Amino acid sequence: MLVIGERINGMFKDIANAIKTGDPTAVQEWAKKQEANGAAWLDINCGPASDDPVSHMKWLVEVTQEVAKAPLALDSTNYDAIEAGLEICKQPALINSVPAEWPKMERVFEMAAKYEAGVVGLAMNEQGIPKDADSRVALAMELCAAADSYGVPMEDLYIDPLVLPCNVGQDHGPEALETIRQVKTLADPPPRTTVGLSNISQGTKKRELINRTFAVMGIAMGLDTAVADADDDELMEAIACARIIMNLDIYCDSFVEVYKDRW
Amino acid sequence: MAFNIVKEKYRNKISQVTIGATKEEGGTRTSTVTIGGEEALPFLHFEGNMPNRPVTALEVWDIEPPEWNECFKPYYGEVYSDVGEWARKCVEEYGAEMICLRLKGADPDEDNRSAEECEASVKQVLDSVGVPVIVLGCGKFEKDNEIFMKVAESGAGENLLMGVAEQENYKTLTAAALGYKHAIIAQSPIDINIAKQLNIMIGEMNFDTDRIVMDPTIAAVGYGIEYGYSIMQRARFGALGGDKAMAKPMIGNIGWEVWKTKEANAPESDFPDWGEQEPRGINWEIVTASSLICAGLDIAVLRHPKTLAVTKKLIDDIMVANSY
Repeated sequence: MLVIGERINGMFKDIANAIKTGDPTAVQEWAKKQEANGAAWLDINCGPASDDPVSHMKWLVEVTQEVAKAPLALDSTNYDAIEAGLEICKQPALINSVPAEWPKMERVFEMAAKYEAGVVGLAMNEQGIPKDADSRVALAMELCAAADSYGVPMEDLYIDPLVLPCNVGQDHGPEALETIRQVKTLADPPPRTTVGLSNISQGTKKRELINRTFAVMGIAMGLDTAVADADDDELMEAIACARIIMNLDIYCDSFVEVYKDRW
Repeated sequence: MAFNIVKEKYRNKISQVTIGATKEEGGTRTSTVTIGGEEALPFLHFEGNMPNRPVTALEVWDIEPPEWNECFKPYYGEVYSDVGEWARKCVEEYGAEMICLRLKGADPDEDNRSAEECEASVKQVLDSVGVPVIVLGCGKFEKDNEIFMKVAESGAGENLLMGVAEQENYKTLTAAALGYKHAIIAQSPIDINIAKQLNIMIGEMNFDTDRIVMDPTIAAVGYGIEYGYSIMQRARFGALGGDKAMAKPMIGNIGWEVWKTKEANAPESDFPDWGEQEPRGINWEIVTASSLICAGLDIAVLRHPKTLAVTKKLIDDIMVANSY
């Protein structure tokens, strides 16, 4: 599994403040820090408080790209903001995200094809998040079909089964894991998979422990990526280790350092 | 029914290593060799570029090799005692693209030659041929560490390929190659985990890991070639999939391994069913070399001139682009 570093997000005070004052220091520090710890993408999110997501997204993309080599994951429900970001991304980005709903899929997959971007497709629709794996997989199939009809390769589609906090939505955990496993059988080559990892531990005790345990279980089921805390060393170590056990990386004594040394 | 060619997309490529330096580059070579740079599996030209062809080297010793088969006498017998002339013959008469000088004479159990004598042998080879030179120690850690620094120093500017660095003994060679700007061979004992770790450890000494050539330690046909073969494949898959620590070109001591086998050496009188000894030995070497070249070998170090001729022809043929 590769990590999409979650930290450049307007939900965090320092990033919100950076957006407000136009001082890129905090954004760039987090970009470098996440990259140094093995993030394969950097998530970019203006946060819910942004009053001008289009120009804020552009600014975040610009200042992040000044210091980072990693591709970006443009995280917004405002597709104009995403398109503004895609226009200036120096390398193919990820669009985060689209639910299995028309006409949102139409807009997003068209953009993805135009900018050669990847797409995070959420296994949900107007009716919300399904409870069981079968319904999630059905929505994932709709996303695959939509991607295919717009010429977006399956390897550029990242199905997110949607994880819920394990204290209040405990029965969703196994369903999400089962969805990951089944999504891998939907096409050949299969779509990729992703999750918003930190959701699993929202409002719980020992969040880091829960996050990394779920990450490892996800990897065993075929989880390819996750929006997660790249600054969490124990999480990165657990991922590096799970990749070794799943024979995804060639073992060597420095396997943790090799996993983090991406750039 | 349209037919679609299935093409794998890879994320990474093998690093490209140049060996030798011309006058303009600070050396005295008349030609250089560049290996690596593969963007796909060996010879799948339709999937990705293979910018450099595998190259052949002939093995030259600084002493008369005591255990070499009699069949080598007609080719090298008169030059066994003169390492410079030996190397010249390999290049001018037999067409070797590189010379692999093995300083076996330094071995305390052979001639126990001094570092200065080794240095002189390297000089002799450099003076008599214009092709890039690979220099190997005698294989005994303590002695090799005495000679590596001297050889690196006297070969400064020539951009040699020096070997070998091993997990238990890599620091002296790495430091010598770093100081005098040579490339190095990182050798692992048919163990992909050690191969990867060794590359990392060499990198931790600030050595540019794009100047490493991996020697996964190969074996001859019939003596475990499949272990080396599968390791080389796994290394290539890993490298092309993004594993930087594995994305190095590879070298194999084919001649050294093949001419240790009974099948290459035994006279026909002992094994009449096996046929004539010399062609049998040559074929043993050709089959070993060609198999490993298919697994991704970039430098084949050979011993018999006839093996070299056939192997070069084989590489010519297989380098013809098969793009659709």
